[in-house]
Amino acid sequence: MSGDHIYSVLGEEHGGDTRWAFGTGFTDALSGVDTTLPGGVDGQDLALYCQMLGDDALVQAQRLVHWVTDAPELEEEVALANIALDLLGQARLLLARAGQADGTGRDEDDFAYRRGSAEFRNVRLAEAPRGDFARAVVTLLVLSSARLAVFTRLADSRDPVLAAIAAKAVNELAYHREYALSWTLRLGDGTPYSHERTVAAVADLWPFTGELFATHPVEARMAAQGVGADPADVREEVHAVLTQVLTTATLDAPAPFPEAAVAGREGRHTPELDPLLDELQKVAREHPEATW
Amino acid sequence: MVTTARDRAREEARERARSAAAAVTDPELPMLTLADLGILRRVEAGPDGTATVWITPTYSGCPALTEMRVDVDRAVRAAGFDRVEVRTELSPPWTTDWITDEGRRKLAEHGISPPGTAPPRAAGPVPLTLLPTRTVPRCPLCGSDRTEELSRFGATSCKSLHRCRSCLEPFEHVKEI
Repeated sequence: MSGDHIYSVLGEEHGGDTRWAFGTGFTDALSGVDTTLPGGVDGQDLALYCQMLGDDALVQAQRLVHWVTDAPELEEEVALANIALDLLGQARLLLARAGQADGTGRDEDDFAYRRGSAEFRNVRLAEAPRGDFARAVVTLLVLSSARLAVFTRLADSRDPVLAAIAAKAVNELAYHREYALSWTLRLGDGTPYSHERTVAAVADLWPFTGELFATHPVEARMAAQGVGADPADVREEVHAVLTQVLTTATLDAPAPFPEAAVAGREGRHTPELDPLLDELQKVAREHPEATW
Repeated sequence: MVTTARDRAREEARERARSAAAAVTDPELPMLTLADLGILRRVEAGPDGTATVWITPTYSGCPALTEMRVDVDRAVRAAGFDRVEVRTELSPPWTTDWITDEGRRKLAEHGISPPGTAPPRAAGPVPLTLLPTRTVPRCPLCGSDRTEELSRFGATSCKSLHRCRSCLEPFEHVKEI
């Protein structure tokens, strides 16, 4: 180690072919973690539940990546890319857990690259078109607030793997929500134009919010067993958070979340998901034997 | 307590494996070793050439973790172990409070502001804070406390971006988590 500055140190050669992460054979995100199922828990249910939470993160991450090279400021590009990376990390762990829990041994790549859109279990807000920056900010505010509320509960899950993933994710999600709320305040309480665009974003996205709090039977069973969290239980808490942020941003207090049926959790999606997956899965489809 | 030759050999092997793993550096923050970062959880090893190392990820999506696992594997093999396993330990989650004093000193020495104390984890919902409450870091270059945040997210997930209003230099800060 030499040099006074980080950049000179970064430039030093570590040496060896294993310098880079890819192609090293270490592909299992949960390597060495004790993955025994807790007593009485149905592996199929737990696997589906992990897919729901993992797919929310994976699809949202893929949407956020669309801001790379296209954000209003370099700082925002870096922030959105970092948030996407955190979510991708959460998705990898959750999808790896899903493949162990259902006994199929599928890995994270099988879930990410080798499923069709009807097998994705994410809520539809995660796949909604990215739109303008105000829309990206409001989407992130809603999704991070809801996910933070659910994951705070999951940190006490009876499944030790899910509990550990959630405990870690809570710290990350708190930063995501903080980022989204700081921009909501700046845009809402900014110029008349930024205010107007933020009002439009809230109006456009609000119809999708109800689904976040609709309970799928798997979520209900997982919650009853002390493994999962019932999204209906966080409905009021999340609404209170959004009301506080939006009113502080000089926007109208939000309408109640609409009543909605489960849709994305059952694999029923908007037409936006297929093109998103075409992009995500392009390399894996064209080169089925590729490893990375 | 009776210490046998076998115990001593096991202890020697464990220490040899531990030193090798502890000296591996973070590819993103190469001035820090895994020991400085506090991500090396424990090491078991035997005179028969087996070694198991437990490390913990910093952020869920940290791309450096895979590389660190490869580097640990290589370093422990080079220390004379031919059956090496690097395991992930997820719980309890890593916090910047585990960065050692030595690690903090090295960060500051390389122009990166070390983290303050991580916010306490209370039970129940994470409170909503509408005003910036995170600590204002001191400029690691001139020591001034007149600094401002440029971006909550820096070049890597673990850092935010700041600027010193005294010496005008930008700098990175390891976020409290």
